[in-house]
Amino acid sequence: MLTITHFLTLGAILFCLSVAGIFLNRKNVIILLMCIELMLLAVNMNFVTFSRFLDNLDGQVFVFFILTVAAAEAAIGLAILVVLFRNRETINVAELDDLKG
Amino acid sequence: MSLKTTLLLIPLLPLIGSLISGLARNQVGRAGAHWITILAVAGSCLLSVSVLQMQLAGEIGVENISIYAWMVSDGIRFEVGFLIDHLTTLMMTVVTFVSLMVHIYTIGYMHDDPGYQRFFSYINLFTFAMLMLVMSNNFLQLFFGWEAVGLVSYLLIGFWFKRESAIRANMKAFLVNRVGDFGFLLGIAAVLMTFGSLDYATVFAATPTMAGETISVMGGSEWNMLTFICICLFIGAMGKSAQAPLHVWLPDSMEGPTPISALIHAATMVTAGIFMVARMSPLFEMSDAALSFVMLIGAFTAFAMGLIGIVQNDIKRVVAYSTLSQLGYMTVALGVSAYSAAIFHLMTHAFFKALLFLGAGSVIIALHHQQDMRYMGALRKHMPITWITAWIGTLALVGFPFFAGFYSKDMIIEAVHLSQRWGSGVAYIAVVAGVLITSLYSFRLLYMTFHGKARWEVVESDEHHLPDGQLSHAPKESPLVVTVPLILLAIPSVLIGWYTVEPVLFGGWLDDSIYVAERNDVLAELSQHFHGATALGLHAVQTIPFWLMVAGFAIATFVYLFRPRVAELFSQRLPFLYRLLDHKYYFDEFYQKTFAQGGLRVGQGLWKRADAGFIDGFLVNGSARAVNWVAARVRRWQTGYLYDYAFAMIIGLIAILAAWVVLY
Repeated sequence: MLTITHFLTLGAILFCLSVAGIFLNRKNVIILLMCIELMLLAVNMNFVTFSRFLDNLDGQVFVFFILTVAAAEAAIGLAILVVLFRNRETINVAELDDLKG
Repeated sequence: MSLKTTLLLIPLLPLIGSLISGLARNQVGRAGAHWITILAVAGSCLLSVSVLQMQLAGEIGVENISIYAWMVSDGIRFEVGFLIDHLTTLMMTVVTFVSLMVHIYTIGYMHDDPGYQRFFSYINLFTFAMLMLVMSNNFLQLFFGWEAVGLVSYLLIGFWFKRESAIRANMKAFLVNRVGDFGFLLGIAAVLMTFGSLDYATVFAATPTMAGETISVMGGSEWNMLTFICICLFIGAMGKSAQAPLHVWLPDSMEGPTPISALIHAATMVTAGIFMVARMSPLFEMSDAALSFVMLIGAFTAFAMGLIGIVQNDIKRVVAYSTLSQLGYMTVALGVSAYSAAIFHLMTHAFFKALLFLGAGSVIIALHHQQDMRYMGALRKHMPITWITAWIGTLALVGFPFFAGFYSKDMIIEAVHLSQRWGSGVAYIAVVAGVLITSLYSFRLLYMTFHGKARWEVVESDEHHLPDGQLSHAPKESPLVVTVPLILLAIPSVLIGWYTVEPVLFGGWLDDSIYVAERNDVLAELSQHFHGATALGLHAVQTIPFWLMVAGFAIATFVYLFRPRVAELFSQRLPFLYRLLDHKYYFDEFYQKTFAQGGLRVGQGLWKRADAGFIDGFLVNGSARAVNWVAARVRRWQTGYLYDYAFAMIIGLIAILAAWVVLY
């Protein structure tokens, strides 16, 4: 029998994976974007879980919003990435340190 | 014409004249400027005389007229008003008469000056300011007049503003007067604090009730309130009337054109302090300490400044030091409660000192602006009118019997002799010795200028600026506009003392304006020995001052007329004394060293330490440096790597969550 704990644990695992991905990845900006997507999915997971167990549809409505935003974000993120690559000819994270003080 | 209109017109005519000749100087032209201003002063002189006549006829008594209430604040009225009593009328008449003479004289003296209209505008403005001062019925207007005459004096000393020495002199006059005015302002503030009013009548009426009041000055020491007020007010008088140690500006003010030396720095403005103290007699009478102070300052000035006059070579400076000395006499008279004698001397001095100054100016014109007496001599044949009037002025100054100065000065000396005030013994010696000194420098001036051998020569030259002692053509008598005022001033210099000594000093003519406590009333004591002006003049030969005056005459005649080498020998034999006098007791050097350079040093210290060091260095640049220092360390946190920022965010998030969990 699957309880709420299993679902929430899954969400937490997904979230931690994505955070670890952001920290550990030093090579590719695309992976960063994917990690962010994964974070959003982890959040979605929580929303759906609570929606199911609390018997409230609001959570599922939220998930749709988040999916939409995530899609838009992915599109914009990739577009920025393209421009970035055009200008810098690299998407290596270790070389993108223009904000260095 | 009502009295009020008359009184308003007296000061306003010169003001209007000044505005027209000053602001519309190009429209009215040179002749227009002098006609307008002279008519204005003549008008106010005639009106003053008519007020005097009304008073003599008994048509008006003491008139206290309020013209205009400027503002009322916290129950204190600030007003413009006139107090017309005998003292005021006397001052008005003297001021406007001398001013009129000087106006006429100026036509001749300033003939070639490009600032002709400006000069007339200034002296007319001065007449207005002085009239406002003497006619005032309250302290505020007194202060207005006081500052206004100071302003005009400043403008006129620096009249030739392209001369370095002139602008230095006017700055000096201004600064020294500021010192005095500061005391004066404090005095007025103390009056306001004590009496809650600035009106003379209210203040004087309340004076006896304030005798016991005290004020704590400079933390702790308790002063009698009235003594404090009087000394503060007198410090103002010391500035304006050039009493030691605030006298240093007056000799330097001779940088201005001669007519204003006569009008402002001899006859009228410098007597404002004397007038003010006499006007405040109800206050001063309540304080023996303040009067002793006044007397001693006056005695020192009368004696010490006369001595300097003996070694000066600039003709105007000799007369200036003589003015200082005579102002000292007036101050001594104030100090021994002989206010009437001070005012009497003020009046006679106004005539003969204006005469002497204008005479000196006449000589200066004839010698093409040569002021050094070492290049004069033997001018009596060339300019007889100037010579005779200068003799008259000198005789009046030294106090030759029957001349104006004799009566006024003799009465002051007698009053000091009779006074019981603390320190009056010293003051008596000073004023008696002053007679010898006065006589010495006066006749020295006369001999060096008009008698002896000529120390100038006429040379054929087209050059405008010749070396000292050379003239392009022989000196000749000055034009009528110069000599007529000399003659008109010579008449009162001879007669006014004999004519007015009885009413002014002993007839109680000034009783409506001056209050003298009975125990101080030396003039009342003197009046018992007074048997008429003529008897006083005849009696002179039995008095010490007369013989001292003769001795001064004899010494001067011997030294400067017959044995000119003696003076030189003296200066060589007594180098210390000569140097002391030549440097004017080192007052200037002392002020220069302490106040001027001290001020500079304080300013430099404030600039370098406080401003550049503390404010700029520590506060402004310091905070910038601190930000820089902090930023240099904080910037290391900004690696620029996204994962570092994300990590920081996560840490922050966890911290916030942890805090939230712990707190709730």
